Amino acid sequence: MKTILNEQQLAITIQRLSHQVLENHLDLENTVLIGLQPRGIYFSNRIVEQLKQQVSPANIHYGKLDITFYRDDVRKGLHELNQTDIPFSIENRNVILIDDVLYTGRTIRAALDALLDFGRPAKVELCILIDRRFSRQLPIQADYTGKSIDSIITQKVKVFWKEKDQKDEVSLL
Amino acid sequence: MQLSTKHLLGIRDLQPGDIRLILDTATQFKEVLQRPIKKVPTLRDVTIVNLFYENSTRTRISFELAEKRLSADTINFTASGSSAAKGETLLDTVNNILSMKVDMVVMRHSASGAPHFLAKHIPAAIVNAGDGINEHPTQALLDAFSIREKLGALEGKKIAIIGDIMHSRVALSNIYLLKKMGAEVMVAGPPTLIPVYIKEAFDIRVEYDLKKALQWCDVANVLRIQLERQNQPLFSSLREYSLAYGVNKRLLDSLGKSIVIMHPGPINRGVEIDSDAADSQQSIILQQVENGVAVRMAVLYLLAGSSSQAPAN
Repeated sequence: MKTILNEQQLAITIQRLSHQVLENHLDLENTVLIGLQPRGIYFSNRIVEQLKQQVSPANIHYGKLDITFYRDDVRKGLHELNQTDIPFSIENRNVILIDDVLYTGRTIRAALDALLDFGRPAKVELCILIDRRFSRQLPIQADYTGKSIDSIITQKVKVFWKEKDQKDEVSLL
Repeated sequence: MQLSTKHLLGIRDLQPGDIRLILDTATQFKEVLQRPIKKVPTLRDVTIVNLFYENSTRTRISFELAEKRLSADTINFTASGSSAAKGETLLDTVNNILSMKVDMVVMRHSASGAPHFLAKHIPAAIVNAGDGINEHPTQALLDAFSIREKLGALEGKKIAIIGDIMHSRVALSNIYLLKKMGAEVMVAGPPTLIPVYIKEAFDIRVEYDLKKALQWCDVANVLRIQLERQNQPLFSSLREYSLAYGVNKRLLDSLGKSIVIMHPGPINRGVEIDSDAADSQQSIILQQVENGVAVRMAVLYLLAGSSSQAPAN
């Protein structure tokens, strides 16, 4: 097991990503944030926490999206369902999708399909904590990347969060 | 997460964990039904035949809508206007349909046990949409979902099932389900419409006085008088039944507490329930219908997932 980001590095990375988001979306006026269930939510919660210190909380529209019904592998077995909660319109707004690890790109493909069923966003961007480069199965890239790593298929990236796993850390198993 | 069964033939065969899984899944589907686009691509490679050998409005529309909301392909079959009228057997009909590559069968039949018979002979997943006087599992599931939504839980709640218990598959499925989920169950109605052994068989309460039953319960599930299944007179007239066992506003107001009123439909207005009770604030009859779609989506989704575990051929 190799540590990719320790607690301090993780905190700095999250801070940087939230600043990068603000660079492109000043005041978040026409921008909404959507975290992907289940594990992306821990990461998106942290991003939103950071953003709340920079812009007025009234400007922050934050939703959660579960993509289980949009997966392309339903026939290979069922996945745990989580709550989808998008209490605002995404029509003509900028949407920032937030997830913890970008790997094959299939989750994001499903998320895009799911998102379009809620309306027609002006633009969709992707914010990722860990980008596993060179392992994509679909042409999808992140707009905001915490850290890019090179890994082989047999390796696993595990993101630990204090709220759930008692520590903040990203490791390669 | 997976159901312990390949078919949904009755609540009788389900584990409490299965029931909880279906209800929790239905909650997620109910959210889908509130979206601008009320459709998900989940079952787009699944074909479902709706095989209705008996009349139905709600159940059939509800199943069909659930299938369409899941993007499944659907075929509708009704006994009248088909070769069943020419004398083709049930098994032949189904095998012919299955040879056209159908994955699931939703079936209603007037003979109790018809879906169980099919399940033994064909490879497709079967959902019982009501068989004779045996079970109507999706109705019980949507009733449970509606109670849980209204009261927060099933455990410890007091549910009275009122009316024609003898001929009701809804009653039987409800009794199985509520007992499994830890609710208290009472059946109420005239003695001629309540099977004599039911108290011992299911360990439930029996009450012949409507007012006492209503006073005891948190939820009253009022059933339809099924005249089409009664081949001998079991009460003297509909008017007399209505006077003794009809639920109305005056009776509800006299209880001194507010109970929830349910009815699986179709309603015989003025017989088992009066319009002033059926359309009152206490009634969740239309919510039951709304929830039916979400619950049936959950059932189809979970069965499609569990049947796919087997190697495809």
